[in-house]
Amino acid sequence: MVSGLINANPIVYGKKDHRARTAPVQVDEYAAEPIDQQEIFDHIRDIKDPEHPYSLEDLKVITEDAIEVDDKKSRVRVTFTPTVEHCSMATVIGLCLRVKLIRCLPRRYKVDIRVAPGTHATEAAVNKQLNDKERLAAALENPNLVDMVDECLVPSYE
Amino acid sequence: MNSADENFELREIQRLEGHTDRVWGVAWKPATGVNGVPAVLASCSGDKTVCIWEQSPATGSFQQKAVLEETHTRTVRSCMWSPSGKLLATASFDATTAIWEDVAGDFECISNLEGHENEVKSVSWNASGSLLATCGRDKSVWIWELLPHNEFDCVSVLQGHTQDVKMVQWHPSMDILFSCSYDNTIKVWAEDGDSDDWHCVQTLGESNSGHSSTIWALSFNTNGDKMVSCSDDLTVKVWGADIMRMHSGDGNVPWAHLCTLSGYHDRTIFSVHWSREGIIASGAADDAIRLFVESIDGLVGEPSYKLLLKKEKAHDMDVNAVQWGSTENSLLASASDDGTVKIWQLTSSS
Repeated sequence: MVSGLINANPIVYGKKDHRARTAPVQVDEYAAEPIDQQEIFDHIRDIKDPEHPYSLEDLKVITEDAIEVDDKKSRVRVTFTPTVEHCSMATVIGLCLRVKLIRCLPRRYKVDIRVAPGTHATEAAVNKQLNDKERLAAALENPNLVDMVDECLVPSYE
Repeated sequence: MNSADENFELREIQRLEGHTDRVWGVAWKPATGVNGVPAVLASCSGDKTVCIWEQSPATGSFQQKAVLEETHTRTVRSCMWSPSGKLLATASFDATTAIWEDVAGDFECISNLEGHENEVKSVSWNASGSLLATCGRDKSVWIWELLPHNEFDCVSVLQGHTQDVKMVQWHPSMDILFSCSYDNTIKVWAEDGDSDDWHCVQTLGESNSGHSSTIWALSFNTNGDKMVSCSDDLTVKVWGADIMRMHSGDGNVPWAHLCTLSGYHDRTIFSVHWSREGIIASGAADDAIRLFVESIDGLVGEPSYKLLLKKEKAHDMDVNAVQWGSTENSLLASASDDGTVKIWQLTSSS
């Protein structure tokens, strides 16, 4: 573990209101509602940054606009912006996003995670690692890493 | 094969449930499924176990015969039977490769190969069963020799790949080893005369019309003059070499790119396997299985391949492995993140 923080003074943007959803006029109780951008954002906005007591939304690491979802095709892509260009926490953040979404979404979903283009020094390398299923599976067999991820995910379950 | 007038179908024969985590690989036991010997299949999983399944001659359905457990302490990523079928090698994220012996239905772990620094990803026996190769995230490829009394000796540790090595595969008739990696290359390894000195004789990278991202698997045709590879770059590539020159003892016969199948897959392809009849099966992250055959319409001297069929939603999640059985019945086994193994039969209605 790195003793000094990567980014000791992150910019804190604050939260968007958790807006209430409007109830549809005709309700088919048994129809599955298509998963949309807002729902995905609600799953991940409160994930804690690995280094600071702020959420990924607070630090604008993720925004609602950076989520692309196609429920019919069961695809979602989340683009996140690390707080600094050389952020070595980028892979941990990516892992947290993926773990949370895999746990919350139906298993038919395919999840792609990437860093926003131009925001990280080794963008291609980070993206490749974040999308290698076998590497992720092996990483999640490391108890220390799992503890770190679980700690970041705690606030996002409320 | 004349596929022009026939309608092919991949029919689901059975769904094998038993693993409690994703299934990474499958391996048919050699010399089973033919001559009245019931087909036997091994499957390996994230649940740290290997399951052995046997087909009942009476009903045709597969039953779980054995579970190989309490040996690996992490995911079992790959498994392969020795050519005689007497031994089963299993490669694990726990950095070891276990060797199991089938003693009348009871499987016993008779050896444990240590050496890799971290996750072992693949294991492969050579055609004669005298050599075993393993590879892993530590970027190395290891060659082991099988000695009397089922002992193993490390013959060589091959460095060369610059990243995680995903799979190793021996050539079907020659002692030439192939490996593919997260570094986007395929490497060919051969021995220097009789000196036990193994080295890389060729690297197939982007400059050889190679892949532009991680290569997950490779497979050879029966002749051994063609090889197929699949990648995270969404393509399947076919490579060829002059087999006559190889057999005549010519040391370094180079492999060349023959054909790229692109536009057929829109997500990572994890597995490819070439059947005895010349059909290439692929398993991908879009939950589908695809079959390709050589196209007769191609120009003479320039092989081309066409899609024979696409089985959408073959599984509920990613297909991690596909493997043709050594049977006359055109059976195909597939393994998935959904925790199941499926047995398929290729049928045609002409």
